[in-house]
Amino acid sequence: MTPTDTLIALFSGVFAVLALASAIGGFLQWRLPAGRNSHAIDNLNARIKAWWWMIGALALAFWGGKLGVVALFAYISFQSLREFISVTHTRIADHRALLWCFFFFLPLQYWLITINWYGLFSILIPVYAFLLLPISAALGADTTRFLERAAKVQWGLMISVYCISHVPALLTLEIPGFAERNLQLIVFLVLTVQSSDVFQYVWGKLLGKRKLAPEISPSKTLEGLVGGVLTSTAVGAALWWITPFAAWQAAVIALIINMLGFFGGFVLSAIKRDRGLKDWGAMIEGHGGMLDRVDSISFSAPIFFHLVRYWWVP
Amino acid sequence: MLQDRLIAASICSFAKLFTGVRARWIGGLPDRQVRIYFANHRSHGDFVLIWASLPARLRSLTRPVAGADYWLQGGLRRFLINRVFRAVLIDRLGGRSADPIAKMGGALNAGESLILFPEGTRNLGDGLLPFKSGLYHLACGHPEIELVPVWIENLGRAMPKGSLIPLPLLCSLTFGRPLTIGPAESKADFLARARQSLLDLAPPAD
Repeated sequence: MTPTDTLIALFSGVFAVLALASAIGGFLQWRLPAGRNSHAIDNLNARIKAWWWMIGALALAFWGGKLGVVALFAYISFQSLREFISVTHTRIADHRALLWCFFFFLPLQYWLITINWYGLFSILIPVYAFLLLPISAALGADTTRFLERAAKVQWGLMISVYCISHVPALLTLEIPGFAERNLQLIVFLVLTVQSSDVFQYVWGKLLGKRKLAPEISPSKTLEGLVGGVLTSTAVGAALWWITPFAAWQAAVIALIINMLGFFGGFVLSAIKRDRGLKDWGAMIEGHGGMLDRVDSISFSAPIFFHLVRYWWVP
Repeated sequence: MLQDRLIAASICSFAKLFTGVRARWIGGLPDRQVRIYFANHRSHGDFVLIWASLPARLRSLTRPVAGADYWLQGGLRRFLINRVFRAVLIDRLGGRSADPIAKMGGALNAGESLILFPEGTRNLGDGLLPFKSGLYHLACGHPEIELVPVWIENLGRAMPKGSLIPLPLLCSLTFGRPLTIGPAESKADFLARARQSLLDLAPPAD
């Protein structure tokens, strides 16, 4: 298959699965006695509807090529950073550092992807931003909780911009025998990690008994974690044909990124609980905010990027 | 007139889009009765956000209270505050040409609600400054009117005093439970109670 045919086949498959899910959701709703409402079914249908939007946005971005993908993930980063900074307290002295984050480091990070400058892309935030932002904050001459404020700004930039930018950066990797097919790496990453979220939710609802860490995330159970990670590892392995990996390699990589994705959600839940929140925002109905959706991608994307870069890029 | 309304509507839409503002009414829903909304004050955009979050039918019946010293400087500000927002302008610089309480009371008597910032000036720190006594005098003159505390979160961080470029932070408004002045409640007691009811709406500090 040509690269375009492969993508069309993949998206057709995903849209078919979504259509099936919508049909099941609609049937469950229809089967309810008139006048009765089920919170679980409403939530399920809201999630399915949000999935249509998310996959639709991804398809549209792919249609726009590399620039489309970069623009989509730059927007995702922008929205995530917005949600993160909105709920973490900073002070007026941080205003300038935050302006740098939103209007300089974020666009520059994504621009570096479009011009394939890997060297600066990989150190822009961990080196330059991490040194320049505290300088800017210190010039504000306010020492109250200084270390804590500096850490919040840097960590927000790391999770929302640096980590997420590794998804479109997959397009810059030159893998022998895989030319023109890098978009398929993004499909592999997103489908594997996001399906892991879905399967954890489903297995948790079906079998969930032993709570993993109720003080961090009341809905995460051991059964959900094991069932979800194993199922979506199988999904990843079954997608080996769209990757440069052998089937067993695809399975190992899927397992790694699923575990990282799980802990991404786990760590960000800990931050949310610390701030007394349930969701990061209310942007996507049924899903909370953007960060609630991409927390797992944020933790898995850089590691996925470097695994591929280390072993498959000569 | 129509033009002023169009400008008002587009400013409201822009404010909502830019701040992604969400309003939570935890003390009953908005309705037509005359009220005094009192809020924390950290940014010049504060009253715009409250105003934009009210249902359109209440907006034309609700007027912000603003400082004449700031808003009468320059043609654009003067146009916006008089024609678009139809503010009740208060002379904060000590000139007693018109009694501010009487001016605000006049609007209430005419069936208009007010948006008021009892700290009197923009707060650059956390929490709330002490309240000025205007809220008390106004409540004394109109003991039947409900005072609704409104906590504005994040707008002061998005566009703080003295900064040219705003941050694209998500803002939220929390409309609390209305309060009225008690019979024979002292000034200090009432102001402390009003201030506390507003502080109760703030998210937890670090």
